[in-house]
Amino acid sequence: MLITNPKHLKPDYDVVVVGGGPAGMGAAIGAKESGAERVLVVDREKEAGGVLLQCIHPGFGLHHFKEELTGPEYAQRYLEQVLDQDIDLATDSYVLDLDRDNRVKLMSGQAGVNVLSSKAVVLAMGARERTRGAIRTPGTRVSGVLTAGLAQRFVNMMGLLPGNRAVILGSGDIGLIMARRLTLEGVEVVGVYEIMPHANGLNRNIVQCLHDFDIPLHLSTTVVDIHGGDRLEAVTVAPVDGFTPDMSRSQRIPCDTLLLSIGLIPDNELARQLNLRFDPVTSGPLVASTMETSKDGVFACGNTVHIHDLVDFVSQESELAGRNAGLYARGQQPPPDNIRLIPGENVAYCVPQTISSDRDHTVYMRVRQPMENCLLRLGDVYEKKIRFVLPAEMVNIKVRPKFLQQFHGDSLRVDIAPQQ
Amino acid sequence: MVYDVLIIGGGVIGCTIARELSRYAITTALIEKEGEVGFGTSKANSGIIHGGHHGPPETLKGQLEWEGNQQWDTLCDELGFGFKRIGELTVAMAEDQLPTLEKLQDYGNRKGVPGLELWDRDRIQAEEPHISQEAIAALYAPTTGVINPYEACFGLAKNAALNGVEIKCDRPVTGIRQEGETWIVETPQETFQGRFILNAAGLYADKIAEMAGVRTFRIRPRKGEEYLLDKRLQGFIKRVIFPCPTAVSKGILVIPTYDGTLMVGPTAEYVDSKEDLTTTAAGGQNVFSHVTQVVPGISARDCIAEFAGLRAVTDSEDFIIGPTAKPGFINVAGIQSPGLTAAPAIATLLVDILGDEGLSLNPKDDFIPTIPKPIHFASLSTEEQIKLADQDPSYGRIVCRCEFISEGEIRDAIRRGARTLDGIKFRTRAGMGRCQGGFCTGRCMELIRDELGIPLTAITKRGGDSWVARPRHEEVSQSC
Repeated sequence: MLITNPKHLKPDYDVVVVGGGPAGMGAAIGAKESGAERVLVVDREKEAGGVLLQCIHPGFGLHHFKEELTGPEYAQRYLEQVLDQDIDLATDSYVLDLDRDNRVKLMSGQAGVNVLSSKAVVLAMGARERTRGAIRTPGTRVSGVLTAGLAQRFVNMMGLLPGNRAVILGSGDIGLIMARRLTLEGVEVVGVYEIMPHANGLNRNIVQCLHDFDIPLHLSTTVVDIHGGDRLEAVTVAPVDGFTPDMSRSQRIPCDTLLLSIGLIPDNELARQLNLRFDPVTSGPLVASTMETSKDGVFACGNTVHIHDLVDFVSQESELAGRNAGLYARGQQPPPDNIRLIPGENVAYCVPQTISSDRDHTVYMRVRQPMENCLLRLGDVYEKKIRFVLPAEMVNIKVRPKFLQQFHGDSLRVDIAPQQ
Repeated sequence: MVYDVLIIGGGVIGCTIARELSRYAITTALIEKEGEVGFGTSKANSGIIHGGHHGPPETLKGQLEWEGNQQWDTLCDELGFGFKRIGELTVAMAEDQLPTLEKLQDYGNRKGVPGLELWDRDRIQAEEPHISQEAIAALYAPTTGVINPYEACFGLAKNAALNGVEIKCDRPVTGIRQEGETWIVETPQETFQGRFILNAAGLYADKIAEMAGVRTFRIRPRKGEEYLLDKRLQGFIKRVIFPCPTAVSKGILVIPTYDGTLMVGPTAEYVDSKEDLTTTAAGGQNVFSHVTQVVPGISARDCIAEFAGLRAVTDSEDFIIGPTAKPGFINVAGIQSPGLTAAPAIATLLVDILGDEGLSLNPKDDFIPTIPKPIHFASLSTEEQIKLADQDPSYGRIVCRCEFISEGEIRDAIRRGARTLDGIKFRTRAGMGRCQGGFCTGRCMELIRDELGIPLTAITKRGGDSWVARPRHEEVSQSC
């Protein structure tokens, strides 16, 4: 059962979690584990589970559940825990507003509009896909240009196909998965075009979704024009030098469908409404090692904070956020962080942005460039060899208090550099 | 039946005229080639109600701009579309542009446009802190407003229909001829007869005039590309920002739209085709490089959507409004900027012209000036929201999360006539936000299916061949 009845809402909660995807459910379970009594998860869809429900392919849960699951299976495991632990779940519901005192204005298709109070809030709203506008692809505004995630919804949940002959722009994971999915459904997939000189999806997806199906991946190539009147008729692709297309080598490719898999952006309308401090690189709120944002009692986790490539890491991070939200609700917050992490060589960002020298942490980061045989260095207190890093694959490192015994500064630089 | 008036073209001009004529005891039909009114040039309009001071008082454009400006408050009150007078600044970045500001102020003063002020650098920085420090002066006009041009078309057409005008969409005109004093207008679906034809066909006004045998002008489309920015920038700029105008263009603007998003553009470039609605890499670069000179904090990275529109420009660059050599055939052509602003004044001018041409216009006793306002759930008070969602739970269910549009609003839009995804989008804003329909397209399609009883695969983006999805291949049913 993926639905509960929001008519039994309580007027006040210890922790309200906004979003019922893996991050939200993980956070709710974490909150409950840390002793919060009244926990509510809010999800806008009729069923909780978030984007996992449309991800019917396998590959989820290898780290977290130590076995390979599909998206809906992964969601189901979590949902059973949520329901077992007596967590309230309001589906078909939407948080319209959060005020200064963490009062939550909740709209629901079943229970109308309610205002609930909460001691702590966890933001777990996930992400949205970047659109054509974000990369300003020129051409006509035709039907048939859609994000890979919407195409996935069409195919896996609505029993529809987005078209007959598809070009995929961007090598993000959803696009790669959809290249395979559409091929299996009999849609001709002409190729995947990626403006960067390296792929932006997991290596395993390049192999399993493109190589295994003979779908070509064209690196350093992008779509420079979109043709058609009502419906897409063709795209023009061209190789790029940096970001400048070489039109002399452009090519017109007839197709009626263009899938965009050009990246995700954290969804944080509520975080903006609350005027949280943001990290300009992640586009998500700044978080401490407890996953608390710049506002007391407001925590965040999952793709709302930064884009993850594996749901397993979302789960880890979210349970941490939930535990700390639960502790906050009980007035048991750990002391504040004392070390700021500074992204250095080939490190685009670190999450959390600050840590404490007296606890264990997992720090997640993304690199800017692919690199082989590299060294991950934390200031001069710790280093670790890594065989290779890719921008598409998140790097994580356990930071233990023992590394920091000799360290007395307040900021620690993180570098990923070639081994000498 | 022989109509008194046939209006060809359901853009904002045709719709405003239709609504104005619906005050009188005459029979009128509006004939539009697209699936819905406002789906041509009006859809891509910048949505600015110009302050009234841009054109010289001697020109028709200049007069109608200020006259029209003053009529929009009443129209908005009666028809319930979004309109706000947010004011504008024309910004001078160098000493040699100061005379232009003075000239504009003089135009305004001569027409009686109130409230024009010259602002110095300090005042600009105090009121609009995100404008470049390089700006040395600006002309402030409080009379400038922003509206939703497509919403205005829907409201005007809806009210005209309520008062008896027949709105006929999906009717491209294929032929026009005269039989005695009656004009015959042919479309693939049906033939219309009328005593008067008002040629408000926008980009195709020259073709329509040619069909009637009175072509005296040519429409050369001038393209404008516009770029819509993320709502994150809401409030970053509070007024419409103009650079100092040049001979050919009002320049590239920053427009805080009625709905709170910023829009930047348009470009101005002659194109050959009346169907050329492409955006271009060069256009985007042009827009952002100009805009960032005046408002340096705006970045192309904030763009969420891009589109292009075409202005119906005649060789003379002025409006062509009036009777022709053929009695009963009246042009309303070449209505480029500030056509939207001037539209209500153009409509009353047409009433005068029709009267002069011999149509007797007796006001109706039973004219209804208003239509019910659509509900916008997110802008209601909490108490109103609680009450409404109790009455109809579909208002408690969010479909478009970027723009906070509830299922109830979308169902209502379909009941008010939306047949396509764009029809929903332009009535409710669902799909117009930062995710551009990534989340809500599927849900909107299911609502259209449920309300209209059509399969998902029959749904289009905007009519014609703009299908959205096709059925899956037949299951292989052979047993092996």
